[in-house]
Amino acid sequence: MDALLHQVLAGLATGGIYASLALALVMIYQATHLVNFAQGELAMFATYFAWSLINAGVPYWPAFFLTVIFAFVLGVVIERVIIRPVENAPVLAVVVVFIALLVILNSVTGWIYSYTIKTFPSPFPAEPIFGKYMSAHEAGAIGVTLVVLLLLFAFFRFTPLGLAMRAAAQNPDSARLVGIRVGWMLALGWGLAAAIGGVAGMMVAPIVYLDPNMMGGVLLYAFAAALVGGIDNPGGAVLGGFMVGVLENVLGAFVIGNELKLAVALVLIIGVLVVKPSGFFGKVFVTRV
Amino acid sequence: MTRRQLIPIAALLLAACALPLVVSDYRVFQFNLVLVYAIALLGLNLLTGYNGQISLGHGAFYAIGAYCAAILMDKYGVPYWATLPVAGAVCLLAGFLFGLPALRLEGLYLALATFALGVSLPALLKYHHLERWTGGVQGIVIAKPDPPFGLPINADQWLYYFTLAVAIVMFLLAWNLLRGRVGRALVAIRDNHIATEAMGVNIAIYKSLAFGVSAMYTGVAGALGAIAIQYVAPDSFNIFLSLVFLIGIVIGGLASISGAIYGALFIQFVPNVADEISKAAPWAIFGIFLIGFVYLMPMGIAGAVRMAVAWLQRKAQNSRRPT
Amino acid sequence: MKLVPIAALLAVALASPAAFAQKKYDPGANDKEIRIGNTNPYSGPASAYGTIGKAIGAYFKMVNEQGGINGRQVVWMSYDDGYSPPKTVEMARKLVEQDQVLMLFQTLGTPSNTAIHKYMNMKKVPQSFVATGATKWNDPRNFPWTIGWQPNYQTEGRIYAQHILQNNPKAKIGILYQNDDYGKDYLKGMKDGLGDKAGMIVKEVSYEVSDPTVDSQIVQLQASGADTFFNITTPKFAAQAIRKAYDIGWKPTHYVNNVSASIGSVLKPAGLEKSVGLISTQYLKDPLDEQWKDDPSVKAWRDFMGKYYPDGNLADASNMYGYTVAQTLHQVLKQAGNNLTRDNVMKQAAALKGYRAETMLPGIRINTDTGDYAPIESVQLIRFDGQQWKRFGQILGK
Repeated sequence: MDALLHQVLAGLATGGIYASLALALVMIYQATHLVNFAQGELAMFATYFAWSLINAGVPYWPAFFLTVIFAFVLGVVIERVIIRPVENAPVLAVVVVFIALLVILNSVTGWIYSYTIKTFPSPFPAEPIFGKYMSAHEAGAIGVTLVVLLLLFAFFRFTPLGLAMRAAAQNPDSARLVGIRVGWMLALGWGLAAAIGGVAGMMVAPIVYLDPNMMGGVLLYAFAAALVGGIDNPGGAVLGGFMVGVLENVLGAFVIGNELKLAVALVLIIGVLVVKPSGFFGKVFVTRV
Repeated sequence: MTRRQLIPIAALLLAACALPLVVSDYRVFQFNLVLVYAIALLGLNLLTGYNGQISLGHGAFYAIGAYCAAILMDKYGVPYWATLPVAGAVCLLAGFLFGLPALRLEGLYLALATFALGVSLPALLKYHHLERWTGGVQGIVIAKPDPPFGLPINADQWLYYFTLAVAIVMFLLAWNLLRGRVGRALVAIRDNHIATEAMGVNIAIYKSLAFGVSAMYTGVAGALGAIAIQYVAPDSFNIFLSLVFLIGIVIGGLASISGAIYGALFIQFVPNVADEISKAAPWAIFGIFLIGFVYLMPMGIAGAVRMAVAWLQRKAQNSRRPT
Repeated sequence: MKLVPIAALLAVALASPAAFAQKKYDPGANDKEIRIGNTNPYSGPASAYGTIGKAIGAYFKMVNEQGGINGRQVVWMSYDDGYSPPKTVEMARKLVEQDQVLMLFQTLGTPSNTAIHKYMNMKKVPQSFVATGATKWNDPRNFPWTIGWQPNYQTEGRIYAQHILQNNPKAKIGILYQNDDYGKDYLKGMKDGLGDKAGMIVKEVSYEVSDPTVDSQIVQLQASGADTFFNITTPKFAAQAIRKAYDIGWKPTHYVNNVSASIGSVLKPAGLEKSVGLISTQYLKDPLDEQWKDDPSVKAWRDFMGKYYPDGNLADASNMYGYTVAQTLHQVLKQAGNNLTRDNVMKQAAALKGYRAETMLPGIRINTDTGDYAPIESVQLIRFDGQQWKRFGQILGK
């Protein structure tokens, strides 16, 4: 029983990692109706920026906020400079551009910073909280993710800007007709997603160590988490993240062994999606002919 | 096909046949791989380009085909040419079986499901209970086939011609399929599946078959690839391979048969060019190439070629018209 | 009858040092240069190891500036294979058939080298000092053109098994291993070393390179009741494992494999205080180990890095590895003199007797002969005391 509890706690900790990146994926989807494969690498790149600042002597919280701003600006710039010119290309062509961004960011980071792992500091104390199986940082990271979630939820639900962004993504032509600057909504969406990703990276790095391939494995889990919770539902994505984390750990420890746990977890998730195509908490869209 | 269209194709075939006789063995090997990738990309294009079902996991079918060939050749002594139909049949079935539940999934969800397939297959290949057949992490080494009947060419050249023959057959089959009723149905499903269904087309069968046939093509390519490289190992077939295939059809040109060839040339040679340009960050250069190609040719190389040909034809017409 | 004495005379003449003056070349070598080919993962999941190729390139740049090898400049041609065997095959063929190199050196990765193993031997081009610790490279009978360099993984696993049997015969062993040829080779070594006592292994868990963390696996191992832990990982995961084990209060006798024993890449990130008591084996001097602070060979390495590979990370033990293995090739080519045929290169590689580079640990030597293609077979057991890796026991292996 103890062993199960420990695995669940460890699963919640890794689930927090997936949830934080899943939020960024939901953000970008809400703003653009596309899933950005480069989201993980953007987050990783922003985290390296933070590391450079901290290494140069900047204290943690100023570095944190500077990085969030840097990530935001980077997201906006990427949207305006790289994505905008190809916005009329077929969707798959845009996906290829995302893949290109992924490899560029990964390769450039490795070139600038080398591949040796680096430690990244945590703003939380070092003593564990829930017994020894979840560190204060892991708990704190989950807390940060929940705060970001609330902010995101409030933004989309209660602010005019959030509404405008959702409108721009869902129906760009009608949105233009009511005066929404669709282009800037997209850029804003990218900026916010990159900023959320940056926060995710800075929360994840102390747990998994900072290296250019840090987010590679996380992306798939985050993608699955976002979908299983409903790609348009930030709360669902976070819940999805925790579910995926716990599921993966429990499967690996008690059911199928570590070799196949990823495959089985994914099969289960896809099973859910086959039965409930919009995920647990997503909205069902009825297409009119 | 008009005579006008036949001429460039005939020229291309002639060049393809003459190639091994004029370039070095190493280049023959590279072009052999180009043919292999062209078949694989044609398969993916059938599904994604023509039928609109996205697949981020076609590397899995390539791997299944490759392992079929390797296991049959290594453990059962099957001759190399006989492994192709088996690889094709196994992948046809696998693709169809995957396509059935995938019917319920669209867009993003299908992307995730295929992504999951692409990620899971190497894990399955490494699974220690299956090690007896798959060779586990060590992989399987296979022998290179020799030219038959004592032909005066070497093994590289023979394999190239063999692959070329298979490629020609498969391209002809695909072309025939796509210009007929099946092709029209596939495209109609992609463009407006509700209307298509309303017209009485059995969506489920077409979509699942599309998956099956697409997997079959990529599986046969995998088998040919394994024979050319003479080695299969689980981590050669990771998710990145699936992404590279997707890149291939997009850059080559979606919903285009010639696109498969352009795409294959791209994914075979451009990474090498990128490596020459920068040792420090080769994939960054590759990424820049990708963005550049998508920016300049959003409809792929095939699309750009089509536009160029149309422009030339218009110019020719204009110059013939009296002012 | 007269022919015999003449033949004898000729034989003596040819075998004498005067033969040194005779120049013999295979493709890739001439009066001015020696072309050496290599594939390394400069991209992809194993790109961390690409620094080895860069370090070797930097070393030969230094050698060239100092006059080359026997007056010839080394042309270092290294291509990216992304750790993908099909790419390795393509690049190896390019190097041999198009670039016409004399030999391949330090091609990296077990699957990558397996893919070109047959090809290199068929073409009779040296596949020298491969950058992998798999056991299969020591097979001069069947693959006379392939030779390894570093101590092989199975031997290392066996050494830890012996140590456990000697010091804790009732141990309950838990193993974490990377699910690829590298991890499985070590696993086999340990199991072989335990022999019929392999039942001492109470739990073995694997992980993939794409996994974000191995925390769940460590928790599993603790739950199994193991009191001895064999940690077969690569640096990032080794650091995670060491830290997690400490944090959850699991204090096994902890063996970490050589690749992940680096102070800079593993122990410091994990936490030096959390790494106390770690046992490993070593054959090179760790660049961050305090005991070598004033060691002339490590100082020379630091100067080399500063001058020729300033982008390289001084904390990364791979850069020490690249520097040292390059010295071995330097020695082999020096010995080959003016006879730069592929045959002679392999002959010299198989004629290293008691050779050592100063960046190796004291007492470690390289020995090869025509029946023994395992250059480094000796290693030293080491234990981490919080500051340094302290050597203990005798030098093991040959």
